[in-house]
Amino acid sequence: MNKQSNTYTIIYIIVLVLVVGSALALTAMALKPRQQENADADKKRQILAAVHITADPKDISSTFDKYITDQFIVDEAGERVGDDAFAVNVANESKTAPEKRELPVYVCTLADKGETKYILPVYGAGLWGPIWGYVALDSDGSTVYGAYFAHQGETPGLGAEIEKPAFSDQFEGKQMFKGDKYLPVTVVKAGQKPLGDEDYVDAVSGGTITSKGVAAMLNDCLTPYKNYLETLRNK
Amino acid sequence: MAEKVSNKSVLFNPLSKNNPVIVQVLGICSVLAVTAKLEPSIVMGLSVIAVLAFSNVIISLLRNTIPTNIRIIVQLVVVAGLVVIVSQLLEAYAYDVSKQLSVFIGLIITNCILMGRLEAFAMANRPWPSFLDGIGNGVGYAIILIIVGFFRELLGSGTLLGYQIVPQAFYEAGYVNNGLMILPPMALIVVACIIWVHRARNKELQED
Repeated sequence: MNKQSNTYTIIYIIVLVLVVGSALALTAMALKPRQQENADADKKRQILAAVHITADPKDISSTFDKYITDQFIVDEAGERVGDDAFAVNVANESKTAPEKRELPVYVCTLADKGETKYILPVYGAGLWGPIWGYVALDSDGSTVYGAYFAHQGETPGLGAEIEKPAFSDQFEGKQMFKGDKYLPVTVVKAGQKPLGDEDYVDAVSGGTITSKGVAAMLNDCLTPYKNYLETLRNK
Repeated sequence: MAEKVSNKSVLFNPLSKNNPVIVQVLGICSVLAVTAKLEPSIVMGLSVIAVLAFSNVIISLLRNTIPTNIRIIVQLVVVAGLVVIVSQLLEAYAYDVSKQLSVFIGLIITNCILMGRLEAFAMANRPWPSFLDGIGNGVGYAIILIIVGFFRELLGSGTLLGYQIVPQAFYEAGYVNNGLMILPPMALIVVACIIWVHRARNKELQED
C-alpha cells in the first residue's frame, strides 16, 4: 500500500482523530461526576473561607450544611426571588444587566457567637483569566466580616497573591455604607487614596492589573445588592 | 535511522550532558512561567515526564504507519490528547494542584521539548528506547525546573513549598525578600547561572 497517497493520508487522519476524540470523550464522561463533586466541594470550601471557617477536606458538605443555614436569590430591588443560590452561575450573572441579575445570598449562622453573616459572591476578570471571591458582611449589611478571593491563572507571586490572607484580611472591618451612601470597598495602590471617600485596601505590588480587576469586580458585583443591604441595615 | 545508542545513555544523557533545557535550550518559556514557586515546578515536571514518555511510546508504535507529510499533525494530535487526559485526571484526583497549574498544563502542548523528542527520537526508534528517552528528557527538564523553583521561592518569598524558611528574626533585622526573583526575567538569569556552572564543569560543552 502506498503510504504517501492522498487516500491513505485522509483515511489515516480521520481514523486517528476518531480514536483520540472518543478516548477523550470517554475520559471526560468517566471523570465528570468526580470533577463536579470536587468543584462543588471547592465552592463550599471557598464560601466557608469567607467567614473564616476552614473545613476538613473530607466533610466539607456537612460543615457547609451546619453553618450555612439559609440561601436564597434576591433581585436588584432587594426582593427574594428564588431559593437555590448554590445553583446560580455567578459568572453568567455578572455579564447580564444589573437589573436582570439573580443575586445569590448565603446566610451563615455562627452559633457560638450568636451572629449572622451574609455572604455575597463576586466574579470578574484579572490579567490572564477570571477572578472570583466571596465577601461576608455582618448583619448590619455594611461591615465586612471577611473576604475570600481566588483566580484561575494569575501570575504566581504577583497577581496570584490576591488569594493570600495577607490581601483578603485587609477587608475586615471596612464599611460598605458611608453615611447614607452605598460605596463598595475598593482597592488602590499603597499610599494612594480613592477618588470617592469609600473605604479601601492596598493593592498587591506587582499585580496592578489583577488588583484593578478586584476593584472593578467588587464595584460591579456588589453594587446591585444596594437595595437588599439597605433593608438589612434598616432592620 | 539514527545511530544505535545504548538504552542507558538514552536514559541518562539528557540529565546532564545533553540536557534539554540547559544544553539544547528548549522549553525555556515554561521554565519562566511556572517556577516562581516550588510546588507548581514539581507538578509541572511530573506532568511533562508523563506526557513525554507516553507520547514517545505512542508515536514510536505508530512510526511506520504515519504518512510523512502529516507527521507533525499526527504528533500534535497525540500530544494534545494526552495533555487533555492528564489535565482531566488532575482535575478529578488532584483538584488543588490542577487549580494551581491551570493553564500551564495545557501549555505542555507547546513545549518544544515534546515536539523535538517526537520528531528526533520516537519517529526513528523502537517503543522501549523511546519510553526511556521520554523519561530521561522529562527528568532532565524537571530537575532544572525544580532547581530554578527552589531558588526563586527561597529568595523571592522566603518560603519553600509554602513553609516559611527564612526565620522571622531575619526580617526584624532588616532582611527583605528579593521581589525581583518573583518576576519572570530572573528565571532566565537563574537558568543562565545554571548553564554557566554546568559548562564550567563540562569542558566538552564549551565553545571557542
